[in-house]
Amino acid sequence: MSKPAIVVDHVSILFNLNKEKVDNLKEYIIKVLKRQLHFTEFWALQDINLVVEKGDRVGVLGFNGAGKSTLLKTIAGVLKPTKGSVKVDGVIAPMLELGAGFDTNYSGKENIYLYGATMGYSRKYIESKYDEIVEFSELKDFIDVPIKNYSSGMKARLGFAIASAVEPEVLILDEVLSVGDAKFRKKSENKIRSMFDKGVTVLFVSHSVEQVLRICNKAIILDHGKIIAQGTAEEICKLYQEMTDKK
Amino acid sequence: MKKYLKNFYKYRFLLYEIIRKNVKLQYRDSVLGIFWTFLQPLLTTLVLVFIFGNVFGKSNKGVVNYPIYLLCGRLLFEFYSQSTKRAMRSIRNSASVIKKVYVPKYIYPIANVMSTFVTFAISLSVLLVFIVIYLIKGGETAPHITWYLLLTPVPIIILFMLAIGVGLILSTLNVFFKDVDYLYEVFCLLLFYMTPIVYSVEALKITNKAFKLVLMANPMYSITEMFRDCVLRGQLINPHHLLYALGFAIVTIVVGGIMFYKKQDKFILHI
Repeated sequence: MSKPAIVVDHVSILFNLNKEKVDNLKEYIIKVLKRQLHFTEFWALQDINLVVEKGDRVGVLGFNGAGKSTLLKTIAGVLKPTKGSVKVDGVIAPMLELGAGFDTNYSGKENIYLYGATMGYSRKYIESKYDEIVEFSELKDFIDVPIKNYSSGMKARLGFAIASAVEPEVLILDEVLSVGDAKFRKKSENKIRSMFDKGVTVLFVSHSVEQVLRICNKAIILDHGKIIAQGTAEEICKLYQEMTDKK
Repeated sequence: MKKYLKNFYKYRFLLYEIIRKNVKLQYRDSVLGIFWTFLQPLLTTLVLVFIFGNVFGKSNKGVVNYPIYLLCGRLLFEFYSQSTKRAMRSIRNSASVIKKVYVPKYIYPIANVMSTFVTFAISLSVLLVFIVIYLIKGGETAPHITWYLLLTPVPIIILFMLAIGVGLILSTLNVFFKDVDYLYEVFCLLLFYMTPIVYSVEALKITNKAFKLVLMANPMYSITEMFRDCVLRGQLINPHHLLYALGFAIVTIVVGGIMFYKKQDKFILHI
């Protein structure tokens, strides 16, 4: 038995929701002096335990505000858990929001290197993947145009092409398969499928049960920051469907 | 500690890419492009020389060569103010990345100081041109160039350290309080006049002891004076200036580092 790819150990995340946003010094000092700094505590995740084995493809289901994105962000290392710990074995490629590392004044070509570096890859490595990325994104004619002139679909295509070309060991997909036109969606799904053969571990957030069934072998349901069900994709999807119908 | 070094090593490409991006984008879309790194300090120095050298006068007594004197101060000050301002805004400006992908956050303020340093280093060539012109011209206004010129990197390195430290402090504060941005703008204006850039301290004939102390406590004063010792006066840098500025820079880096480290996990909740 090899080491699991992701171990989420008793993770809880607490947000302090300010009733009013205080971001200037005067207000802050006045409020501290008057002891008026009220926070509403909000546990976005509560005592989450999750072990994902290498090669597993886990679908994360749940209604809006259930904590899906918070969980993925915690696993990606963006958020630090208030309690508990997260261990990840292998290189993570987070596709939380495609194109997050882009600079709009930079051309497509320059952004490929910048985005690669944001994920921790060297110029040389990206260079070796460059043709593949351009070809997959179908942006050959626009590669020297500044990103600010791209459509949102084009940006997403480029982002997906880069993130999938670097051969990550853990792939975090947050509703990214809902971008682009139908043709590109199909293409990206096939690309992700081809990565399964190489044993990539996937965490997949989607509201589409069909997509989860197509891609995942396991699934969990999150509700109000807790895992309320976990098991094989078929069982969980059925359960989720029932939950949706009830509401 | 080893973990942090390893992490930094992994993300060194990001540091490089951001520096490259900042330098490349700064003058993109301008007709003269990179020439602005020379032109801007040259033109602003000419304006300052005209105003403070001729119109107001008297502020430059005891200065060997006023244009070079002024250029030295202006170049260093411009680097300081630009780099710290950019570092201050760097975390907020990179919010879209920081919120979505894990990256070591200190990369942003540091990269912004470093990219400003690149343009600063290029703009130093204007100073070189000035020095050569006045050397050829000779006479009273010729700068004294001696072996002490080799010590020029000392004040520059100290200034760089100071900028990193101040940048870390400001970027942390700016995440929580946007006021810092506006306050610092005013502070930089004050600092410009508190630093002997357009005047020399000797020419001011200050009698108020408290005021003199405030003037001397400014690390930019020590740094610009050290720099002028190297490139203009051709004398050994004042050890008091060296110790004070170096100490100040180190303390700033330590304070900035601790502040940034302690607060960095909270950034994401505020940007």
